Amino acid sequence: MSAQLTRQDYALDGSKRPLAALYSRNAKAVVARGLLATRSSNWLIMVSGFFEPVLYLVSMGVGLGALVGTVEGPDGRPISYAAYIAPALLAVSAMNGAVYDSTWNVFFKMNFAKLYQGMLYTSLGPLDVAIGEIFLALLRGALYATGFTAVMALMGLITTPVALLMVPASVVIAFGFASFGMGITSFMKTFQQMEWINFVMLPMFLFSATFYPLSVYPQGIQWLIQALPLWHGVELLRQISVASFTPATVLHVGYFLVMIAVGMLLTTLRLRKLFLR
Amino acid sequence: MLTHPAGPPVISAQQLSKHYGDVKAVDGISFEVPAGESFGLLGPNGAGKSTTMRMIGGVSQRTSGRLTIMGLDPEDHGPEVRAHLGVVPQQDNLDEELKVRDNLIVYGRYFGLPMSYLRPKADELLEFAQLTDKAGAKVDALSGGMKRRLTIARSLINEPKILLLDEPTTGLDPQARHILWDRLFRLKESGVTLILTTHYMDEAEQLCDRLVVVDEGRIMAEGSPAQLIREHSTREVLELRFGSARNTTVADELQGIGERLEPLPDRVLIYARDGEAALEQVTSRGLKPITSLVRRSSLEDVFLRLTGRSLVE
Repeated sequence: MSAQLTRQDYALDGSKRPLAALYSRNAKAVVARGLLATRSSNWLIMVSGFFEPVLYLVSMGVGLGALVGTVEGPDGRPISYAAYIAPALLAVSAMNGAVYDSTWNVFFKMNFAKLYQGMLYTSLGPLDVAIGEIFLALLRGALYATGFTAVMALMGLITTPVALLMVPASVVIAFGFASFGMGITSFMKTFQQMEWINFVMLPMFLFSATFYPLSVYPQGIQWLIQALPLWHGVELLRQISVASFTPATVLHVGYFLVMIAVGMLLTTLRLRKLFLR
Repeated sequence: MLTHPAGPPVISAQQLSKHYGDVKAVDGISFEVPAGESFGLLGPNGAGKSTTMRMIGGVSQRTSGRLTIMGLDPEDHGPEVRAHLGVVPQQDNLDEELKVRDNLIVYGRYFGLPMSYLRPKADELLEFAQLTDKAGAKVDALSGGMKRRLTIARSLINEPKILLLDEPTTGLDPQARHILWDRLFRLKESGVTLILTTHYMDEAEQLCDRLVVVDEGRIMAEGSPAQLIREHSTREVLELRFGSARNTTVADELQGIGERLEPLPDRVLIYARDGEAALEQVTSRGLKPITSLVRRSSLEDVFLRLTGRSLVE
């Protein structure tokens, strides 16, 4: 099979590269595997993920919107209710997709499909796996965001070319949630603990100024919601959708940049707990 | 007594321990494996063999002790160490979402190997595993034996210098086992170091130059199969069956025959240099076993002697 081995073949020089124990600079192999698996078996699940925010937009934007009429947009001008909630739904879908991929999906592949056990017995380190999985989640998020933006355009909800920036902004939002979600998953041991994630996500979806403005809340609740990531995502995409930027825009983007940095740090520090138990 | 080849060991474990809470899965084991050796960990389920394998691969963090693989600590240099390892885990963990041939190619890409190498290599390994006509099949369409062969083929994609085999032939039919043993023997001849766990005596005797008997996370004995049998057992064993009701009671009447007596629920074992002579003594005492069998001592007997328990319950 292989040429005759000699004793010299059995002595390795250790790399001094930082993170050499965790990372082999081969996350692309994990990405390639994900694309191949998607192509050959689970593309149907991919398609279903696209429809969820579209269904919300049709039922609430068009249906509920008929009752609501127009509301005040981010720049003070009136816009249709559908145009008001569409960017928020896009932010929610970016969050949901990223959180699902980085928590439930990772938990399942780790503990049940045993996929990572196979990967981690190769040259791959846990950081390769984490980066590869996050990249796949973001790629999927970018596809969904593109599709949703196209639906918005077809429904006449896009009035400025600047609105196309919602796609990269969605990816930034998804990155924040995915990097953080993977770090959180490292603390989870059972399915019951995983349920806590949903317990946090659902109220965040309903109350982060998704369907009505933040001003309906008393001041204390407003501060609480403004501390949570989804509100920043909703506001950021809403501003982009009508090309109305304020100093707060910088704050929203900055919130996610910090979230990505902290999330990636947490995930990296917790990699051994996540993958090497 | 051991005939270690010269040069540094490729695997060196000192006081290696792994605790899960209060459970001591591995409890201070030490061993060294020189290059090119075929080294076995023999023991019952739950003895700590798989945990030891996982620590060698750097995918399980040890609680204490020292471990180096080819001179490196697998916890600090996991990717580099594993580049030279092939791993056959106890449970097949094939990628169910990929087809058979893609399983090999994608696995090779995890090692960073180029497609120009992987395409012919995958076909060669499919041939090796007798799965060429299943190349485009889905993994869940394969039988248990086929999955096992694919897992073993997959472990060879990077031409490993050290092959870790955790219960490699469990679930395989006798013919498939012998084919696999033959392939492992050829790998060994080309210089590949084999580390295998097994609870099959014949497998350990066929494949291992040297082995450790492991029980409850500790090493009970170490040596070549022949050496262990010589040290811990007699040359031959006389197996007598008197019927399950009488096996233990008849033991008293057998005292003094052979060097040692081992009454088990289903049979009585008499350890003796000459089994036929022992049988003559039994019949001369007027005892009539239902069946009698004289055989050579095996590692099973060594294990029974060391732990008081059978390997396969």
